[in-house]
Amino acid sequence: MSHAAPSPARPLFAGLKRLPEFLVIWVPLLLSAGHVVVFTAWTTWISFTPSTLVPVDGWVGWRNYTNVLATRNWKIAFDNLLIFGAGFVILTALVGLLLAIIIDQRIRGENVLRSIFLYPMAVSFVVTGTVWSWLLNPGMGIQKLVNDWGWTSFRFDWLIDRDMAIWTIVIAGIWQSSGFAMALFLAGLRSVEADLIKAAQIDGAGPVRIYTRVILPTLWPIVIAVMVILLQFAIKTFDLVRALTGGGPGLATQLPALVVYDFMFQRGHLGRGSAAAVLMLLTLLGVLLPYGAWKYYQRRRDARA
Amino acid sequence: MSALVIRDLHKRFGATDVLKGINLDIDNGDFTVLVGPSGCGKSTLLNIIAGLETATAGDIEIDGRVVNAIPPKDRDIAMVFQTYALYPSMTVRQNITFGMECRNVPKPQQATALERVAKLLQIEPLLARKPAQLSGGQRQRVAMGRALVRDPKLFLFDEPLSNLDAKLRVEMRMEIKQLHARIGASIVYVTHDQIEAMTMATRIAVMHQGEIQQFADPDTIYNRPANLFVARFMGAPPMNTIPARLEAHAGRPVVVVGDTHLPAPPSIAPEWLGKPVILGIRPECIAEPTRQFGDGTAPSLTITAPVEMTEPTGAETIVVLRLGGTKILARVAPDIRLVPGAPATFAVDARKLCLFDPQTERLIA
Repeated sequence: MSHAAPSPARPLFAGLKRLPEFLVIWVPLLLSAGHVVVFTAWTTWISFTPSTLVPVDGWVGWRNYTNVLATRNWKIAFDNLLIFGAGFVILTALVGLLLAIIIDQRIRGENVLRSIFLYPMAVSFVVTGTVWSWLLNPGMGIQKLVNDWGWTSFRFDWLIDRDMAIWTIVIAGIWQSSGFAMALFLAGLRSVEADLIKAAQIDGAGPVRIYTRVILPTLWPIVIAVMVILLQFAIKTFDLVRALTGGGPGLATQLPALVVYDFMFQRGHLGRGSAAAVLMLLTLLGVLLPYGAWKYYQRRRDARA
Repeated sequence: MSALVIRDLHKRFGATDVLKGINLDIDNGDFTVLVGPSGCGKSTLLNIIAGLETATAGDIEIDGRVVNAIPPKDRDIAMVFQTYALYPSMTVRQNITFGMECRNVPKPQQATALERVAKLLQIEPLLARKPAQLSGGQRQRVAMGRALVRDPKLFLFDEPLSNLDAKLRVEMRMEIKQLHARIGASIVYVTHDQIEAMTMATRIAVMHQGEIQQFADPDTIYNRPANLFVARFMGAPPMNTIPARLEAHAGRPVVVVGDTHLPAPPSIAPEWLGKPVILGIRPECIAEPTRQFGDGTAPSLTITAPVEMTEPTGAETIVVLRLGGTKILARVAPDIRLVPGAPATFAVDARKLCLFDPQTERLIA
């Protein structure tokens, strides 16, 4: 035996030393993973059962899914999600980028403005929705204010307009999230090497060209990250709509999460609600999996270079 | 004709004087190196020449034209940065042609210029790559290509080699020097590395604390440093500076260090007799006693001093010895074996002694 046998006290001591690590890493990880995985699996299981008011055993195959997909409610919700998702994500990113570029000009009061723009992030969607429901209410909000100022023909009644109501959600969403996009973009802008901008100045590029050709292209990874985060916000949006329009007028602002809620807790059909929830999860995966693959590919490429 | 003239340039950041009255006159075709320790203001000076920063006072003239109010792009300059500053989203080709694109140079002309530069720097195989796919040396080359393609009146280099490893740095140093010889461009090159300055420059400006200490050709800077700062900054190992005294012996001025007497340079003014001076002597001017300095006609002169330590480097041996209470360095041939602690005899190159005023630290002879 040429190796010295490890003393028996040692592993125990080492184990004790690592106990805090164990507690802070594994316990929360198991709890949260347990919640996510167990409830996801359970919901998926329920979506294949004939459950109504309470969960029951049984197997109905894809029936709940075909039922959900056939409802007008779901179709409207999904169409709305496309409008809301595209509008919210693109416009929020644009507004955030614009704010970031303005703040990046080393303007005075930068810290104050940054906090102001970021502040809506700290407000819950329910509050945002409620406040905007007052602001957009023609009888008491912006329209009334402008009318009272004397411009009596001014109309801003998107909240009660079937075709435009979805855009009120987009507006409130932008207000809430553009500060977050701004913070990420600003960090990206600030991490651009100063020498790059100097080089571009000497090359004769004006401010617009410096942004479009030199700075913004280095921002692509951040743009994609922001868009993915915003998109998953959009897909799971519930409280904002609930507080702002309640899904109305009619079904005009219905979104998938509201459909899930509607099936599960108002119509007492857990099976269909779960099917709708699983469909939402699949939509989310449709966004996140390509993003994950892209990140993976990027890391691989960087590792090679 | 001067490629660049700087007149009485000042730069202040708040209460700090970064540049205190810089005057420079750089001839066409000169390779001027601004060298100094970090914080001496050399990079600020370069940025002001480029127009990336504005001076508090003073004039900049490029190719006979005052450019104080002219933006960087219209100064007819090109710059190579320490971090290379290649546009990461563009290919090498786009990096090089971006400047021409901004100045609306017609496409065929762009292609010709690109081809010329790519050939000159041998980067043709890299044109389609992105900067992230290049090695440090290749990036450096592309950065130079971006500068060269412009054919400007003045090239500015901001520590372009300091991000390269030692071996590559030596290679690129030679390449830049050859490039200068071939295209005869006017270059202002900033570095903190005095070896880079000595090897590449036709003129060196040594900067310290916002002032130019000396502006001369490398030979003068090395052999006749204008003051103690230059003497101690240039050269590795630097010049030995030894407190000494000037006395007259047999009617000739002699530098006295402890018991050692050395003939003073003939240019010393008589009023220094009897006063303390600082003797400056380069380590390579103290060697083994058989060494013949210059063409062998110089009178041989030897000193004896105790050896404290030897550091063999392979090519030569650095000897630490004690002269009049001061530790000084000598460079002897590698096959000389010296015993630490014992006194030894050394030959001294008396032609290259410098004397400095201990108060003003200026060269007096």
